[in-house]
Amino acid sequence: MKELNELNFPDDVRYAESHEWARSEGDRVKVGISDYAQDQLGDIVFVELPEVGDTLGKGEEFGTVESVKAVSELYMPVAGEVVAINSSLEDAPEKVNNTPYGAGWMIEIKAENLSELDDLMDNDAYLGTLKG
Amino acid sequence: MTNMRYLPHTPEDIAAMLKAVRIESLEGLFAHIPDDCRRQEALNIPEHLTEWELNDHMDTLAGSMAVSPEYKIFMGAGSYEHYVPATVSFLLGRSEFVTAYTPYQPEVSQGTLQAIYEYQTLTSRLLGMEVANASQYDGASSLAEAMLMAIRVSRKKAVAVSRAVHPYYRRVLETYFEPTDLEIRELPYLKDGTTDLNPLKNMDDLGGVAVQSPNFFGCMENVEDIRQTIDKTKALLVVCFSEPLAYGLYKNPGQCGADIACGEGQSLGIPRTFGGPALGMFASKMKYVRNMPGRLVGETVDLDGKRGHVLTLSTREQHIRREKATSNICTNHSLCALAAVMYMATLGGTGFKELAQLNYDKSEYLKNALTRAGLKLPFSQATFNEFVVEFPAGFKKTYQRLMKKKMIAGLPLDAFYPELKNHYLLCVTETFTKADIDMLVQEIKR
Repeated sequence: MKELNELNFPDDVRYAESHEWARSEGDRVKVGISDYAQDQLGDIVFVELPEVGDTLGKGEEFGTVESVKAVSELYMPVAGEVVAINSSLEDAPEKVNNTPYGAGWMIEIKAENLSELDDLMDNDAYLGTLKG
Repeated sequence: MTNMRYLPHTPEDIAAMLKAVRIESLEGLFAHIPDDCRRQEALNIPEHLTEWELNDHMDTLAGSMAVSPEYKIFMGAGSYEHYVPATVSFLLGRSEFVTAYTPYQPEVSQGTLQAIYEYQTLTSRLLGMEVANASQYDGASSLAEAMLMAIRVSRKKAVAVSRAVHPYYRRVLETYFEPTDLEIRELPYLKDGTTDLNPLKNMDDLGGVAVQSPNFFGCMENVEDIRQTIDKTKALLVVCFSEPLAYGLYKNPGQCGADIACGEGQSLGIPRTFGGPALGMFASKMKYVRNMPGRLVGETVDLDGKRGHVLTLSTREQHIRREKATSNICTNHSLCALAAVMYMATLGGTGFKELAQLNYDKSEYLKNALTRAGLKLPFSQATFNEFVVEFPAGFKKTYQRLMKKKMIAGLPLDAFYPELKNHYLLCVTETFTKADIDMLVQEIKR
């Protein structure tokens, strides 16, 4: 595992305590897991995603991510309808390890209330929680 | 207490250990347990016996039971009398296998892991499925686990189960579901002995549909029709069984479109020891493997590229996933699974088919003889090695008389199905001779 200063925490996304990131893209919100989360999990071998059209509340489970040593649940950073999923992760789950904020994205949400993003942390606050 | 040779610690050992932890007496070790949680009176168990007295006691107990081969037991109903080839008993008795347990360490467990892998392979082939686990406890817990898996996959809240599934399996399923908000709906059976599929047409909210084939009455279910009926819904088709030998003759669950196949494997080389230990067989389509309960052995290669076996997909299991695990049973019936793989390998595909045919033929022979004797077979559907007979009122007396002659004429069904008075479930396997069957018919006719 890497030291915190070797990890990447971009400032164009917001972070949840459960280590998902959320990026506002127009009226949509793209979601993935943070560099810290993928690093803690290790080699990711499987990502289970919801179906397009599922409507889920903030904090509800939308899928699971499985690494060689653990399985973790994925939680909605904001409430809304799942409008797209990254189905390429089915064959290439390692994208989550390689580019967690890019090709390793997981779902796209049509948010019920975009202001819920404000409840999430910015990169400094998130890094603060990791430093404990 | 006297110093018994089965207890490894001598009084000196115990005194030394107590001294090391600075406690005066053994009682001090339990001081933190509240008084009302402690048993006050002594255990009510009989005095010890010598080894020869104990053997004598066990012989007396055994003598009070009706067991084969002394008795001719024309009863299956979930536990079947099959000949166990000497190869199975011999191989299973080898110490490397007898001590089979959780092979967490592949570096010291290749033999057991390979045997389990072969069990999974032969189970998959027998059931016509893509992946099988290392086994569950028994047919009943396999069915319950299958229904929970169907719920996980479908994300629905209700399942339908045929009334022609083994009554004990259904009871275990009810126990599993009782503390949950999940619902079990019962499908009635038709006059021909198969499950009534009509209620399914009005149920589009099911997560799983379970039938047993051959079912508890011995009848083959029309599994392909069920597949068609539920194909447009999210429900998984669960095909359960108590007599897997039937698949040597009839289409297996996979060929009929099952999503999950599960059931009892006692028939495959495991003696009928008062109902246990048993073997829960469990297989599914590969696309559901991450939702499958239980342990799984996979094949891989080591650093030198040599074939090896390891536990795989363990992330589904309890020791890693805790309360989110696919099952809270994190073990398997390894020794019974090994007996089954040895049995299947001994028979081979051809032997398995021949044995199935023999069971069917002998059972049909008894069916025909009873029909000629004027008895009624209420269910018209095809059967494998057991079937239901309706005897005239008052048959109970004949049943008792037969028992005195060391013949058990099947299982009375009215305890499980009150509407089936004077109906008995009879079973014939390869272990019965023509003379045995003729004798039964003759005594019934008297």
